[in-house]
Amino acid sequence: MPAVSKGDGMRGLAVFISDIRNCKSKEAEIKRINKELANIRSKFKGDKALDGYSKKKYVCKLLFIFLLGHDIDFGHMEAVNLLSSNKYTEKQIGYLFISVLVNSNSELIRLINNGIKNDLASRNPTFMCLALHCIANVGSREMAEAFAGEIPRILVAGDTMDSVKQSAALCLLRLHKASPDVVLMGEWTSRVVHLLNDQHMGVVTAAISLITCLSQKNPDEFKSCVPLAVSRLSRIVSSASTDLQDYTYYFVPAPWLSCKLLRLLQCYPPPEDGAVKGRLVECLETILNKAQEPPKSKKVQHSNAKNAILFEAISLIIHYDSEPNLLVRACNQLGQFLQHRETNLRYLALESMCTLASSEFSHEAVKTHIETVINALKTERDVSVRQRAADLLYAMCDRSNAKQIVAEMLSYLETADYSIREEMVLKVAILAEKYAVDYSWYVDTILNLIRIAGDYVSEEVWYRVIQIVINRDDVQGYAAKTVFEALQAPACHENMVKVGGYILGEFGNLIAGDPRSSPLVQFNLLHSKFHLCSVPSRALLLSAYIKFINLFPETKPTIQEVLRSDSQIRNSDVELQQRAVEYLKLSSIASTDVLATVLEEMPPFPERESSILAKLKKKKGPGAVSVSDLEEAKGEGGALNGSGDRGADAAATSNSATLSPSADLLGLRSAAPVAPGTGSLLVDVFPEAGPASAPAVSEDGFLRHLDLPPESSDSLLVEAPGESDFEDPALPLPESDDLLYKFVCKNNGVLFENQLLQIGTKSEYRQNLGRMYLFFGNKTSVQFSNFTTSITCPGDLQTQLNMQTKPVEPLVDGGAQVQQVLNIECLSDFSDAPLLNIMFRYGGAQQNLTLKLPVTINKFFQPTEMSSQDFFQRWKQLSLPQQEAQKIFKANHSMDTDVIKTKLLGLGPALLEDVDPNPENFVCAGVIQTKGQQIGCLLRLEPNAQAQMFRLTLRSSKDTVSVHLCHLLAEQF
Amino acid sequence: MIGGLFIYNHKGEVLISRVYRDDIGRNAVDAFRVNVIHARQQVRSPVTNIARTSFFHVKRSNIWLAAVTKQNVNAAMVFEFLYKMCDVMTAYFGKISEENIKNNFVLIYELLDEILDFGYPQNSETGALKTFITQQGIKSQPQTKEEQSQITSQVTGQIGWRREGIKYRRNELFLDVLESVNLLMSPQGQVLSAHVSGRVVMKSYLSGMPECKFGMNDKIVIDKQGKGGATDDSGKSELGGSSGKQSIAIDDCTFHQCVRLSKFDSERSISFIPPDGEYELMRYRTTKDIILPFRVIPLVREVGRTKLEVKVVIKSNFKPSLLAQKIEVRIPTPLNTSGVQVICMKGKAKYKASENAIVWKIKRMAGMKESQISAEIELLPTNDKKKWARPPISMNFEVPFAPSGLKVRYLKVFEPKLNYSDHDVIKWVRYIGRSGIYETRC
Repeated sequence: MPAVSKGDGMRGLAVFISDIRNCKSKEAEIKRINKELANIRSKFKGDKALDGYSKKKYVCKLLFIFLLGHDIDFGHMEAVNLLSSNKYTEKQIGYLFISVLVNSNSELIRLINNGIKNDLASRNPTFMCLALHCIANVGSREMAEAFAGEIPRILVAGDTMDSVKQSAALCLLRLHKASPDVVLMGEWTSRVVHLLNDQHMGVVTAAISLITCLSQKNPDEFKSCVPLAVSRLSRIVSSASTDLQDYTYYFVPAPWLSCKLLRLLQCYPPPEDGAVKGRLVECLETILNKAQEPPKSKKVQHSNAKNAILFEAISLIIHYDSEPNLLVRACNQLGQFLQHRETNLRYLALESMCTLASSEFSHEAVKTHIETVINALKTERDVSVRQRAADLLYAMCDRSNAKQIVAEMLSYLETADYSIREEMVLKVAILAEKYAVDYSWYVDTILNLIRIAGDYVSEEVWYRVIQIVINRDDVQGYAAKTVFEALQAPACHENMVKVGGYILGEFGNLIAGDPRSSPLVQFNLLHSKFHLCSVPSRALLLSAYIKFINLFPETKPTIQEVLRSDSQIRNSDVELQQRAVEYLKLSSIASTDVLATVLEEMPPFPERESSILAKLKKKKGPGAVSVSDLEEAKGEGGALNGSGDRGADAAATSNSATLSPSADLLGLRSAAPVAPGTGSLLVDVFPEAGPASAPAVSEDGFLRHLDLPPESSDSLLVEAPGESDFEDPALPLPESDDLLYKFVCKNNGVLFENQLLQIGTKSEYRQNLGRMYLFFGNKTSVQFSNFTTSITCPGDLQTQLNMQTKPVEPLVDGGAQVQQVLNIECLSDFSDAPLLNIMFRYGGAQQNLTLKLPVTINKFFQPTEMSSQDFFQRWKQLSLPQQEAQKIFKANHSMDTDVIKTKLLGLGPALLEDVDPNPENFVCAGVIQTKGQQIGCLLRLEPNAQAQMFRLTLRSSKDTVSVHLCHLLAEQF
Repeated sequence: MIGGLFIYNHKGEVLISRVYRDDIGRNAVDAFRVNVIHARQQVRSPVTNIARTSFFHVKRSNIWLAAVTKQNVNAAMVFEFLYKMCDVMTAYFGKISEENIKNNFVLIYELLDEILDFGYPQNSETGALKTFITQQGIKSQPQTKEEQSQITSQVTGQIGWRREGIKYRRNELFLDVLESVNLLMSPQGQVLSAHVSGRVVMKSYLSGMPECKFGMNDKIVIDKQGKGGATDDSGKSELGGSSGKQSIAIDDCTFHQCVRLSKFDSERSISFIPPDGEYELMRYRTTKDIILPFRVIPLVREVGRTKLEVKVVIKSNFKPSLLAQKIEVRIPTPLNTSGVQVICMKGKAKYKASENAIVWKIKRMAGMKESQISAEIELLPTNDKKKWARPPISMNFEVPFAPSGLKVRYLKVFEPKLNYSDHDVIKWVRYIGRSGIYETRC
């Protein structure tokens, strides 16, 4: 506090502080402080009145002690007393103490508020300023409530001093930020806006901060500030550097004010009034012109101030995005900065240009700087600048320059900083796909990408390249040739081996004619990488080998030899061992025809949006792909993962069904003829049988269903009054749970029906994947417009279930039906159901309804056949109390044996006959397939015909699954 | 085992740094300073784990001693060693202070080399150490061959704590029983917890290699003898003490390395060949039948928000013939005390603002007396809602008896080779009872 001690030096305070500083240890310091506190307490004891000076001194000491980190619980009263002093220093210390130490103590706050009120009412500007500063520093709700009315009055009063106005504006800003609901401008609005015309630049600067903050909240109220701001700006911009004496900073007139004005204008669209707009454009041009002028000073502050205004102006130009001329000029100006020797300027220029690139007017102009940017990417020393350069390249890329940019980015990738490599890889992958005219170029690019930065290539990138290769006949031969060449490198990245294995397995025959890439050469090349790969890649390679047997019968002995070797057939990894055994058997038992059918070429993938691209489209700007986005993209890649691995799975349908080690792996014999790769799946057999042999169930279901429509349409009317076009999704219908239970044991049927709409569903599941068809039928004769559906996975479900779909047609004609396909992947076990939200306009009224989709965990059941002995052995293994869920309940439906059997079969697991000693009981076994794990499940249902009761017992390797399944099933019988 | 040993001053500057093992680097020195000495919150645990390194520290006034290790050592052993190390340093250069340590750098490093070897504690017996680590050149003239070999055989031999051939004209023996009483009492006078931790410290000036046998009124021994019918201890139990209690129950005890533990285990007799000079023979703890030398009766009355009346009576509870000394009663005052008036009958009382307490000192007080203090404390009204926590009234004193009731029954000395017998040895026994944490809630 030098200012204080200069005037009337508080010797006691100085002595005390030096005592504290001289303390040898913490204990000594505490002792000294205790002593001082006792002294102050005895001085503050009510019986003798202290003069202002000593009061100030002691309050100062208390403040010092508090700032050292000790609790102060007294002295507030004395500080409040200081407020009423007429001496500046005493008042200042009082306010300081209150600002630092105030707590919401009701009685004191009242006194403090009183003191502040007196000071605000005084005509002394310094006292008013002190009071305003105190309000702003404390900024509590009580203060806001007490002074929210007073401060705007001071702010706009004509006779208030300028310095007080500044403080008042900033104080109001602070209160507004702290408790926006208390500070209501109302009638003051127009007068506050007119502060922009104030003579005093300081007042304008302070007021504009307040106005910017307020106008961000309700822009309409402050709309009138735009012309004022423009005129103010033009006055500053056109003024000579000597006009605004105090507010000229290194020859730049009022730089802070200019920046703030420009920022305020960014809150609003371009002014509609032609005159105002003209003036503003003129200002912006002047600013751009000034940037061209030679600097008036060599000082860095001068150029900083100038550039600050310039960059604000450019952001405003980009924000308006309506003046092609200005945009191009801004772009040129930034182009100059791209080569500036100041790193910060280069960074800012690149960053601003990124946004400029997205504007249609300036995109071309930005493109002219491509060489400079590429140069920056290569030579820049600062990694953050290089990153911006990469962002800009990405943003300016289009069909015309894609090849050049991708090539540059690829070449840069070799030397790129590790921190940005993954992002670069993703960008290259996106650009290559987005602007690929020539797919051989695309394949080249991605293979290069994998070669250069294999570790940073995420799974979905190589899934995507395989999808594209499979779907495009013209590129397949080229791809096979390229990967073959790429694989010849002595060290290949594992991702490259994966792509190579897959593509050669599918299309190796296309290059087999060339003696340099004869089948055996191909095989030997692939097999030379085998031992360097991880287990999943090895599994993929094994699948490729079996495909080789089909493609080139002459390789059969060699490959069988490999499969037969101990390192495969006795591999410690179950998956590899199983594949080896099964492929060996398949190749030696099946005839060529069967083999050819089983190992047919992969059918084209359904055309769908690349998950990387989908990610991109969600993003508004072409800015940086942040790390979190990347991670999400990886999560989405799960869907692709399933499809990418499909070749292997289709070739070996049996491998997932044989989870049990005791099953002697001869499942293959029965499975191979049944599943000859035609796409009809084991699981499908059951749903097909379900509705046919269970008339009782579906009838019952329909009966209940018939009761629904009037009720549900009522609720629709209540829920969706159809006022706004855009509404939040409605809550799920109350009966949607019942709807859900109806579909536990069957896959096809009517999901929902009211007077307007009928929704049918048909679904098929295999392992952890499923596909659901939704049929939306318009029951009326009127067209539905704005028909949109959305699928949401509430809560945890997002991580447990992966759902993908395409949007449906927005128009549904009367009597017509639209179809929507959902692809479902189960990532881990789940208990909630995904929500389907449907919105459409019917006769002008917005309809909004939400249903639960009948996706339940049991859909992912894979039946397991086992003997009675096996069953009970496993039953005993799952004997932990939390693994079991049991329910005893009354039968709601018929207890007919056949009906129950049908239901159990529809549920998913295998119904085991002759297992339970009691023939009345039903036992089932199955495996729930999720992406992450497989959950074995055993079920036992004991009906009691006399009592009309059931006892249901479920045991599974995961407790939540047992409980959830038990809950689901109990509703079915 | 101990990886290194550091001594810091109060500012955290390293005074002594001795590293015994490679796994401890210089960064460990800084880690302890940053995380313990300069920690924002006071570190109360004597063992701190920082980055898989354990720091065991003790503090002597302003000096921190820290033993550092990366291994899973016996913490009790490390602390025993640290205390021993403090004892050794005190024996060599007096009080452990920054100045003393700085003046004895060389000596301390020499000691550290001797008492720790690759982190394993070695002989830390002061008497033995002093034979070969001599101070400031007083005895630093080159020792003769015989002397050197004598030292070697003694240090490496079976009785490492005593050298042979010691001769005194007068065979003397001093035995001190030092006890500290710890007490926590409720305002109503109910004992919430009490225990005595005691030490038997000896100073022996005996010739040759004498065999000593120490006997006290240990309950187990007395009971065993009582059964055997031999009650010859009636006459000898008059060495000191105040109560007519026959025997005491010892909860646990530890001995100096010279005591033959096998004999203690089998017969519960304490026999030993004593080191020369001063040493601590045993340490023990008792919790039953403790004689509380003083009773504190507090009376606190709050008169309104701004006044507090405190009255404290202390009663001495031992034989009237004995005198307690250095009595000090510390009465804590509230944090918003603005003034204190004290009246006391005896001694001097003063309000010490720096410690937030009234300190009442009495020089001497005989047994079965009582004294009283009354104080009026004026308080400053505060806006703090939380009530004063009323810390307990604590007390310090010194009494000339053992509050545990321990009595020395005999200390016999046998020296078969030299011609002096038990009767020729002059024996001095002293009992001192001090206060440990002696608190009464108010």
